[in-house]
Amino acid sequence: MTRRQAQLAPVLQPIAVILLMTTLIALPLWLVIITSAKTVGEALNPNLTLPTSWRFAENYTQAAVRGEMVPAFVGSVAVVVPAVLGVLILGAMAAWTFARRAGALSSVLYGIAISGVLIPPAAVTVVLVLRQMGLAGTQVGMIGVYMGMYLSLVIFFITGFVRTVPIELEEAARVDGASPGRVFFQIILPLLAPVMATSAILVTLFAWNDVFYAFFVLGGGDSTTMPLNLFKVASAALYTNAWNLIFAYVVVTSIPLVVLFSIAQRQIVSGITSGAVK
Amino acid sequence: MSTATIQRASRTPPRQHIRSRAGQEHPWTFAVPALVVLGLFLVLPTLLNFVLPYTDWSAFKSNLRFVGLANFGSITSDGSLQQALRITLTYAVLVAVFQNGLGLGLALLLERDTWLNRLARSVFFLPVLISALAGGYIAQAMLKPDGGLNQILSALSGQPVEIAWLGSSTWTVVVVALVHGWKWMGLAMLIYLAGLKSVPHELIEAGRIDGASGIQIFRRIKFPLLAPAITFNVATALIGTLNGFDIVQATTGGGPARSTEILNIFIFRTFGSGLYAQASAMSLVLFLAVVIIAVPLIIYLRSREKVLA
Repeated sequence: MTRRQAQLAPVLQPIAVILLMTTLIALPLWLVIITSAKTVGEALNPNLTLPTSWRFAENYTQAAVRGEMVPAFVGSVAVVVPAVLGVLILGAMAAWTFARRAGALSSVLYGIAISGVLIPPAAVTVVLVLRQMGLAGTQVGMIGVYMGMYLSLVIFFITGFVRTVPIELEEAARVDGASPGRVFFQIILPLLAPVMATSAILVTLFAWNDVFYAFFVLGGGDSTTMPLNLFKVASAALYTNAWNLIFAYVVVTSIPLVVLFSIAQRQIVSGITSGAVK
Repeated sequence: MSTATIQRASRTPPRQHIRSRAGQEHPWTFAVPALVVLGLFLVLPTLLNFVLPYTDWSAFKSNLRFVGLANFGSITSDGSLQQALRITLTYAVLVAVFQNGLGLGLALLLERDTWLNRLARSVFFLPVLISALAGGYIAQAMLKPDGGLNQILSALSGQPVEIAWLGSSTWTVVVVALVHGWKWMGLAMLIYLAGLKSVPHELIEAGRIDGASGIQIFRRIKFPLLAPAITFNVATALIGTLNGFDIVQATTGGGPARSTEILNIFIFRTFGSGLYAQASAMSLVLFLAVVIIAVPLIIYLRSREKVLA
């Protein structure tokens, strides 16, 4: 850095940051919020101009009723929460076994178990499997598919972490006659809290926002999720250019994760980054 | 180790002892539930994906019949396969470049721990949190001919700007890739920031003392040490886009003139019209594309890390 640049940097850097925040984030966010308060007529062509009359209450009520927001929210929670808890507990149990057992069988099974980190799930044939099991269009089927999709990532993260936990901790408990179940649940599992948090956050982020696999699995069934309903609402509203309803739905769909992030920001940031740069 | 174990060890041959001990202390029963779920919902569908493309499975038939390569014939003869594959690869490379460029740029800009930078990091992370579908609708509204972006450009230039950002069958794929990069730049930024934090301060000091410029310090010291972060970011960008759907669906739906129809859009559309076996054939192509492209690339990037470390 030359001396001239060094003198300018403290002034230019904040200006650049504010300009980028404005153009990349604030303006799109502004567009979403004001459009969600406009009348149908004004929202036909979404732009950055203020609405002449504010219709937050009407639009959000209409989006909630037409888009069946409450059942969709309940539906999302009903598949995401069990899927996340399921991948965490099953993933941690499997990761413990893979991390501690040597041998060819263990490495082969571990390889298969983490293959899903790279390999895209076969969205079409999964429907066939679900139909044969009688789970097509059901929440149980959706939970199974999400678990199958994200177990690999969780096993990959947790196995790496378990390898850093000294085996002497387990052996001390074993000397006192603890069974494998007690060793795992009382000694190992509490130590896995940081990596479990990272995994929980990432899987929640992916599963909560998924629409592609939800379409294949839940498409023909009675239950739905928030992104799936956003897709239905938006597909219908785009014909009539009812952008006010689309954006009212976008705001409501986004709130749960934004709230979660603002509560657990530090944990999330350190969780995401610790796994990646090592 | 307890005396009991030692006594047991003296009675049994050592190899067998180790194996049986591992079996008792870390029984396979702990891995079985996860393996069952993976077997049913990941492995089995993947295996079936090698069989069903050769059948006439559709919404209109009750019995499956083998039809050989007919499905591959129908998706290649009209050029759908070649086109979808070409668009998907173009899209994946563009997104990898944009997502990493934006992420690294933001990380370098926000490297110092000031209050404004901390605020900005959270702000740039917002698009990561919203659903990709929502991000795509926002982009569509911003990029319409009479949308937000043209409104700003009109105000700045003083004359009406009416560019159809999503209307070109050549350039729209680039615009959508930029939207994808915008959606995920916050995640790439966080990972590059963590990578930059892990660069030892002494190295940068030493570089400064030797009279290196800011650019030289970045190119010669920081950039090589960012290798693990680059691996992670390039890998996630590639896998995310080869397997992408939401952003393209919400911004263009595959248009104009199918010029942004990536593999998953084709699969979604074909499945929706009941042609399951054809959709499955395309899904197999996606699987092979990921295995052929992403796996060797990740192995290469990882080996580069080791050389540099």
